[in-house]
Amino acid sequence: MRRALRHPSFVIGGVLTLLLLGAAAMSLVWTPWSPYEMNLPGKLQPPSASHWLGTDPFGRDVASLLLVGARNSILVGVIAVGIGLGIGGALGLLAAARRGWVEELIMRLADFTFAFPAILSAIMMTAVFGAGIVNSIIAIGIFNIPTFARVTRASANAIGSRDFILAARACGKGPWRITIEHVLPNIASVLIVQATIQFAIAILAEAALSYLGLGTQPPQPSWGRMLSEAQTLLFQSPMLAVYPGVAIALAVLGLNLLGDGLRDLLDPRLTRKR
Amino acid sequence: MRNTTPLLEATDLRLRLHTHAGTVDAVRGVNLSLRRGETLGLVGESGCGKSLTAMTLMGLHPEGATVSGSLRFHGEEMIGQSEARWCALRGDRIGMVFQEPMSALNPVHTVGHQVAEPLRLHRGLTAAAARKEAVALLDRVGIADAARRFDAWPHQFSGGQRQRITIAMALACSPDLLIADEPTTALDVTIAGQILQLIRDLVRERDMGLILISHDLGVIAQNVSHMMVMYGGMVVESGPTREVFSRRAHPYTQGLFGSRPQLGPQAHPGSGARARLAAIPGNVPELRNMPAGCPFADRCVVSLPACQDEMPPLIQLGQDHCARCVLLESAG
Repeated sequence: MRRALRHPSFVIGGVLTLLLLGAAAMSLVWTPWSPYEMNLPGKLQPPSASHWLGTDPFGRDVASLLLVGARNSILVGVIAVGIGLGIGGALGLLAAARRGWVEELIMRLADFTFAFPAILSAIMMTAVFGAGIVNSIIAIGIFNIPTFARVTRASANAIGSRDFILAARACGKGPWRITIEHVLPNIASVLIVQATIQFAIAILAEAALSYLGLGTQPPQPSWGRMLSEAQTLLFQSPMLAVYPGVAIALAVLGLNLLGDGLRDLLDPRLTRKR
Repeated sequence: MRNTTPLLEATDLRLRLHTHAGTVDAVRGVNLSLRRGETLGLVGESGCGKSLTAMTLMGLHPEGATVSGSLRFHGEEMIGQSEARWCALRGDRIGMVFQEPMSALNPVHTVGHQVAEPLRLHRGLTAAAARKEAVALLDRVGIADAARRFDAWPHQFSGGQRQRITIAMALACSPDLLIADEPTTALDVTIAGQILQLIRDLVRERDMGLILISHDLGVIAQNVSHMMVMYGGMVVESGPTREVFSRRAHPYTQGLFGSRPQLGPQAHPGSGARARLAAIPGNVPELRNMPAGCPFADRCVVSLPACQDEMPPLIQLGQDHCARCVLLESAG
């Protein structure tokens, strides 16, 4: 624990991620203004005591929009990573446990999915099934599956060749028991690290889809849509683009640093020199 | 003569590996028979197939390998058995101890959990009952303050203690057969002695069969009544330890004995004070390019031209003692 507090990327990443989570949590109970309340006479105000970051072209409070937008980003991240980790992790473990043609099939399917650029495929899916937050979450989640399947299989295979797996087999444990009791706990740290990185990617992907008008739909606030709305006013009030941009950058940076820090801290090769 | 069916009986046991470079016969016709309370040693240098033989006896041979011949455990034919049947035997009727105690324990589970696991798996004990048994086992294998150290993690133990813990794991369900694959190779000499003493005591105490794999002839001499010398996946000489040690019939056995360093004035009679340690020239042939004849022919100092092409016959030298060498045909 003390080592963790001395690790710079873990600390910075942890603080930024906590800020993101805090903002999202706070928006559930309190925002300075309602993010849905339009006030056209008061549009495009500069920052002031009542509107900390000013107002957007519809007179909505930018600070409130950012807070609620954080909630939106986290929702997307959690569900998309959940889909990827749940299905991809299970497929990866299955591939590592069964080997043979099962492994081949799963990994070739993963390669196949990987061959498409994720964001283009997500655009295609939302175009086919309709734009909206649910479809974009599912699309991002689906493209998390092969990433998790690959990482899980690779680390499960590395663990599978260790002596204690052989010892567990010599104790009469079957392949499923070994996978759940011996392999999974040993690769959990790798999966946690991957999850933080995929979380950041999911936030970025959602912002991109919303920017393109395929993700979150109005009036639900989203960082990506705030960016696209600010685009037309870039010369009039450039700060409107800067706020959501900085929010996205900080959230992604925070999660990536947290992932890096966790990787260093959880890696048994670094923590326990034999 | 309590029971006429041997505990473990292998007849012409073979293991064929399918590698990228072609098929490889790693175990070539091993015969053995072991009763309760009997001890058998497998000796040979690295790559001679002794560990793969042990793995085959456990049904833990590499995936995709072909096993043939016959392997009977308590009279039950095990070759071709389902994995589920093997899982029911392993850890319950057959226990195994590995070479590397440092990596044979899972770092994310407590040692007590790992010792109690076979009891819960095979005996269906409750967590509390398994814990009680496991503490008794840890105590028996010499872990001091076992009740408290039950919840300790593997990295908190030394190599020797971890080997004691893996022995407790292997013996949790009181198996009939213990296979120990180089159990002391990774340990200090003093600790190794204690571990072997522990295995010896436990085997006697529980009337188990023991298969001990080692490349150390001293370990074999002290711990087993019968031994098999392996080379190139084959048994080149087998018999009661005492007879093999005194007769050393096969040239490879002689080479093994000759390459042991000895101290004292009798070490090298007739030679100068600084006699060189005898070594067997050459290397173990690659399993892929095994000669058609005697696997040892290329390195053998007394080999005949015929050794290259023809597999030497197994020559009976005594009641249980036999060796595979043409030179013994005329002598024996």
